This record gives sequence, C-alpha cells and structure tokens, in this order.
Amino acid sequence: MFAYPTVRISFLFLALAVAGVLVADIAITTANPWQDLGQFFLGVATPNFFSTEGLMTALLRTVAFAFVGVTLGSICGFLLALVYRSLPVRVFCAFIRAIHELFWALIFLQFFGFHPLTGVLAIAIPYAGIFAKVYSEILDEADPEPARLLPPGTSSLAAFLYARIPDCWVQMRTYTAYRLECGLRSSAILGFVGLPTLGFYLESSFSQGLYSDAGAMLILFYLLIATMPLWVRPKLLPFYILAAPFFLGEGLPIVWGNVERFFTEDIIPSPIRSGEGLAAFTHWFGDVMVTEALPGIWNTVVLTQIALVATGILALLAFPLISSHFGGPVRRTSGHVFLVIARSTPEYILAYILLQLWGPSMLPAVVALALHNGGIIGHLIGRQTNSLKLRPDAPKGLSRYSWELVPRVYRSFLAFLFYRWEIIMRETAILGILGIYTLGFYVDSAIQNIQFDRAMILILITALLNIGIDALGRLIRRKLALQTMPSC
Amino acid sequence: MTMSPLKKWLAAGFLALSAASSAQADTFVFTAIPDEDETKLVERFRGVADYLQEQLDVEVRYIPVKSYAAAVSAFRNNQVQLAWFGGLSGVQARRLVPGSEAIAQGVEDEAFETYFIANTASGVKPADSLDELGDDLAGKTFTFGSKGSTSGRLMPEFYLRDVFSKAPEDLFSRVGFSGNHTRTLRLVEAGTYQVGALNFQVWEKELENGNIDTDAVQVVWKTPSYPDYQWTIRGDVDERFGEGFKQKVTEALLSLDDPALLESFPRSGFIPASNDDYEPIRATAENIGILD
Repeated sequence: MFAYPTVRISFLFLALAVAGVLVADIAITTANPWQDLGQFFLGVATPNFFSTEGLMTALLRTVAFAFVGVTLGSICGFLLALVYRSLPVRVFCAFIRAIHELFWALIFLQFFGFHPLTGVLAIAIPYAGIFAKVYSEILDEADPEPARLLPPGTSSLAAFLYARIPDCWVQMRTYTAYRLECGLRSSAILGFVGLPTLGFYLESSFSQGLYSDAGAMLILFYLLIATMPLWVRPKLLPFYILAAPFFLGEGLPIVWGNVERFFTEDIIPSPIRSGEGLAAFTHWFGDVMVTEALPGIWNTVVLTQIALVATGILALLAFPLISSHFGGPVRRTSGHVFLVIARSTPEYILAYILLQLWGPSMLPAVVALALHNGGIIGHLIGRQTNSLKLRPDAPKGLSRYSWELVPRVYRSFLAFLFYRWEIIMRETAILGILGIYTLGFYVDSAIQNIQFDRAMILILITALLNIGIDALGRLIRRKLALQTMPSC
Repeated sequence: MTMSPLKKWLAAGFLALSAASSAQADTFVFTAIPDEDETKLVERFRGVADYLQEQLDVEVRYIPVKSYAAAVSAFRNNQVQLAWFGGLSGVQARRLVPGSEAIAQGVEDEAFETYFIANTASGVKPADSLDELGDDLAGKTFTFGSKGSTSGRLMPEFYLRDVFSKAPEDLFSRVGFSGNHTRTLRLVEAGTYQVGALNFQVWEKELENGNIDTDAVQVVWKTPSYPDYQWTIRGDVDERFGEGFKQKVTEALLSLDDPALLESFPRSGFIPASNDDYEPIRATAENIGILD
C-alpha cells in the first residue's frame, strides 16, 4: 500500500497532525460545556426573530456589502486575469489574496473608519486576487480550436470575445456565483469588527448569552444562502448590483488626512519614525519576531496541520451522507441539510460559538475549521460519487465504501484538500482575533495597543506564510499529478 | 460583451458611496469603549445622546464600536468628537490627538478599583494583600477583560507583575481576554476561568441587582485606587461647532443629573477632570510596555 505516493503523503500528513495534537493546547475548559451547548441548541430551536430592530437592516447590509464587494472584485479580477501571465501581476495577486478579509477590514478601519468603503474594499481586494487566479486558469483551459478558425485579420479583442469567452462563460459564471456565496459569508463576519452587517448583532447576542436571538440570526443567514438559487437570477443581477451601493448605510464621513497619516506615519516602524537609527530598528524588529511572530507562526502552523487532517477525515466520513450509493432519500436529504449548514456557517462564526461554549483552546478552532471545510469537500466528493456507475453485483455497505468508492475518489479528495490547505491557514491565522494564540491574536493585540507598525509587520508575515503554503500545496498537487478544479 | 454596463454599475456604485459620505455634515458624534454588554451600552448612551442634543442644540449621535481600539481610532480620525474612555484608552487617545482634553469624570472615577474575583471551587480564598494570594494563584486559569481596558487589564497586570515579578503567562496556566467586564464575571462564575479581574463598579452593580451567584464566585482581592473613566473631547470642536462649544459640552456633562441616566453608568455624578489627572495611568502603561 505504501508504494502509492498518495498513500505515503496521506500518512505523512496524518503523522504530522498527530504530533501536532501532542504539542497543541487542546482542552475543554468550561465547567458545563454540554449544558451550554444544550442551551445554544435550545436557542436555535426557539428563535426570537424580533429581538433587534436592526436585524432586517443588518441582513440587507450583509447582502449589499457582498454584492458590491464581489462585483468590484470580479471586475478587477477579470482585468487582472487578462495580464496574469506577467510575473509581477501574479505576485501581486498572490499577495492581496493571502491577506484575509478581516485583516483588510482592520487595516481600512484605521483610516477610512466606519465608512462603507472599508467593508467594500475588505471584500473586493482579496476577492480580486482570487478571481484573477481562477479566471485566468479557466481562460487558459479554453479550447484553442475556435480561435484558429477565425478569418485572418480578426482583432485580438474580437477573437477574445467571440472565441475564448463563450467557451469559458459557463464555468466563469458558476465560479462567480459560488464566490457570491462566499461573499455573503465574508460580509457577515465583517460585523465582528464593527461594520453594520449580521456579525455585529450576532457577536452582541452571543457574548450576552442571548441564544434565541443568535439562533434567529443564524437561521435567517442559512435561509439567505439556501435560497440563493431562487433569488439570485441572471435577469435580476443588474438590478441587485445597481441597487446594492444604496443599501450600504451611510457610516461616518471619511477624513482624507487620516489616509496620508496612516501610510506616512502610523505604519513606519517606531524606531525609524522617531529617528533612533538602524540599531534601534534591529532591536525592535527582533523583539517583534521573538515575542510575537515566532510563537504566532508556530501556533498557526500546528493548528493548520491538525485542522487540515481533521477536515480530511470529516470529509471522508461525511460524503456518504449525500452519495446515491448509500441509503434512501430521507437519509440523503438530511445529509444535504447537515452539509449545507456545515459549509454555510463561516469558520469564524463556528469557532466563535464553540469558543463561547467550550472555553479557550485550539479545540474549538479545529472543530470549526474541520466542520466548515469538511462540509465543503464532503459535498464535492459526495456529488462526484453520484456520477460513478458501479457494477450491479458491487459489494454493499462498508465494503462498498472502502473498496469501491473511496479509492475512486481519493485523488480528487486529496486535490481538494491540498487546494484548501492555504484557505485553512488563512482562516487559522484570523481565528487568533478570537483569543487563540495564532498570528491573528498578535495582530489584534498590536491594533488594540495602537501599534500599527507592529500590526503591519505581523500581517505581512502572515501573508508570506500563506504564499509559502500555497506554493507548497501546488507543488504537492503537481508531484502527485492531482488535477485541480477551481470550483472548490 | 457587457463591459460598458459593468463600468456604469461601477460608476454608479462609487457615486452612491461618495454621496453617502457627504450626506451628514455637522452632527456631533460620540462613542464609548465597549466595556460592558452592548444592550446596556446602547440604552445608556442613547439616553446621553438625547440629553446632549437637548442641551447643545446640534444633532448628536452615538455610535457603538466593537473594541477599545476602534473607539480610540474613531476619535483620532475625527469621526467622533467626544468619547467616554477608560483611563488607558483616554491616555492613548489624547497622545494621538494633540489639543484634546479630559473634561469630566465620574465621581467614582477619581478613586477607581479593580476586583480580583475567583470561582469558589478553585480554592482561592480572599486576602488583604496580593502576595498572600501567591500560592493560591499559581497555576490557575486567569482572564483579563479587554486587551485595552484599564481596570480589566492594565492595573491588574501591573499589580501582578509588581508583586510576583513575573509575566501573567508565567504565573497562570492559561491567560485569556474575555472582551468585557460582564463577560469576565460570567466566565469566572461559570468556572471557564478560575480567576479574573474586573471593574469594581460592574461587580457592585450586578451584585446589587442580584445577578451574581455568590456561592459560585467571590471577590478575593481589591487593588489600591487609581483614576479611571473620563469624557474626552477633541480640541478642534470649537472651530467646527462654534465658539464656546467645548465649554457647553463640559457644562452639559457636569450638570447631568437625571438619576436613571447616572444609575446606568453607574456614577453618582460627573466632576471636572484634566489631562494631568491621568498621569499615573500613563506611567503604569509605559511601565508594562503597552505604551511606547
């Protein structure tokens, strides 16, 4: 069995994760975790939809920020995709998407403050980087044949529009729709740092133990995402996109002097700002590295590796829930509901809920990351098994699962998992804001101490770590000849 | 392809954004550090906004924020002109905004205290001095309030370091930041953390209202007193809202006597304050490295 490279790499990652669990801080520290969890589910079962006067407004803002952010992101991403062959563009895109939406929001909050632009850019910028990469991959895979059949002298613009785009259109549309769903999640969590979206009220209700209020918000959010196919219609899109900017709320006016100050003073390392010279800077930088960056990197990497393997295990366990090779329609429907809830809940919100219930440690983060990402991958490979045709006399039950289905989907399973490696790490870093000692914890502490120079260095380090993992993930996928689909 | 409609949408979007940004010119906006449950804060400060609007003859708006730093940044960025800060956030804000002034503090803020509280199951017993608690505290789990809090972080960390000559992470087995004082109380009461430190006014008020299970959590040590919360105003408000505006705001705050509103803080009244009152807080913050 170990002759297969896919098996070897799986066991290597499993061993790393087990080692990680041994050194990681995994514990349930609350006195009555199950009682709290029970109260939470009771809250979800008895939702209170009339708690906050602002709930409907918050939902509207959540949708508005998602539409404006994703629209801007996809336009910019599309333009960048056209020049994606250029190395500087690729590096630029890798960099902007390596920084999480919440980090972007925390940066813009420092100079735009509570203006709608903060939320719009926090979504649009990283999304542009992701769109650029995926659009360019889709464009590259377009069939070159139609272009060759065009008469000589056809302008390259016409060739692009009439020979390339039609071939990619469906894929690009599907992917953009998927990103819109992600945009709704991103938009919701921006409320956690103070923008007027759903997370704002969710955080308040949760931290006060008002589980029925929080339950109502979660239910509305699931409904919003589950009904997307009904209300996101191609014909209605122009209307939504035109209307969305008017529903962002007015926020507070931008003072432009703050922008200049942020870039020319705030983020300049303090020893340089106060002219203390290179030695003082080296000392300052060393201090940031040793007391903040290194512990942050270590915890981020350990948590990422555990969460990655937990995601994989959960995905493998979950895909039969929706696979047509097992069980009847009732089981499959409930499986679908479970997976939709798992993947619709942003990791950040899941982790926040579990942290409140179980107390601080890496455990809530691991479970949150595994549930969300495992839900996504489980859904994708579950769907993939539905297109497999088994022999009429194929074994049933556990044997069918382990000898027929898993081996057939294992390669694409690994491809999805390594594709999400970087995404999991990006989330892991951000979960630090909730109090787990990953890089986000130190970024948040620096911002709370109004030390933006430290915060920027730490955000840069987080971005570089992400770019590194992204490259490693791509290398492994290439070595194992795993085909990736950009729809994950 | 549909490039030109896309451009139109984009342009429309930016127009809408910039229109929104210029909509409200001279509203006097204030904020407060989110040190307690948000519902309470919103209720309290909407009352203050209504009161100030009546007294000042300008539109007054309160905006809730999610962190102490967000309150400081909004003040620094001139998106709010007045703020109810803690000792530390006030010092941070006034350092960043030259000309800004502490204009009023609560009667109780001249001599504020932090209470160390412990879950009764932890075995930590009340003591008169912090060093007597040393053996009890070692190896326990501990939570501060917000990272930027004076009574929930700065002062308790200062005394812990001062008495035990150790960083909190080295003294306790786990150190957390609950986010706010109410949360600290609930977490220690529930046993999520064995020990915590919080604003004494929050403790006293919750106790008075019967919201504390005194069989589960008790006060184990009280810090010496220090100056804390205050109203801080930007120096440029007179230019923007008219000559004498700062004086009017100060007088309005000092003469606030609505019992329900005062009770919501809870403060018995407001008295004059000055930047120099907070010198001890600045020194302490520099001492433990929160301020450069």
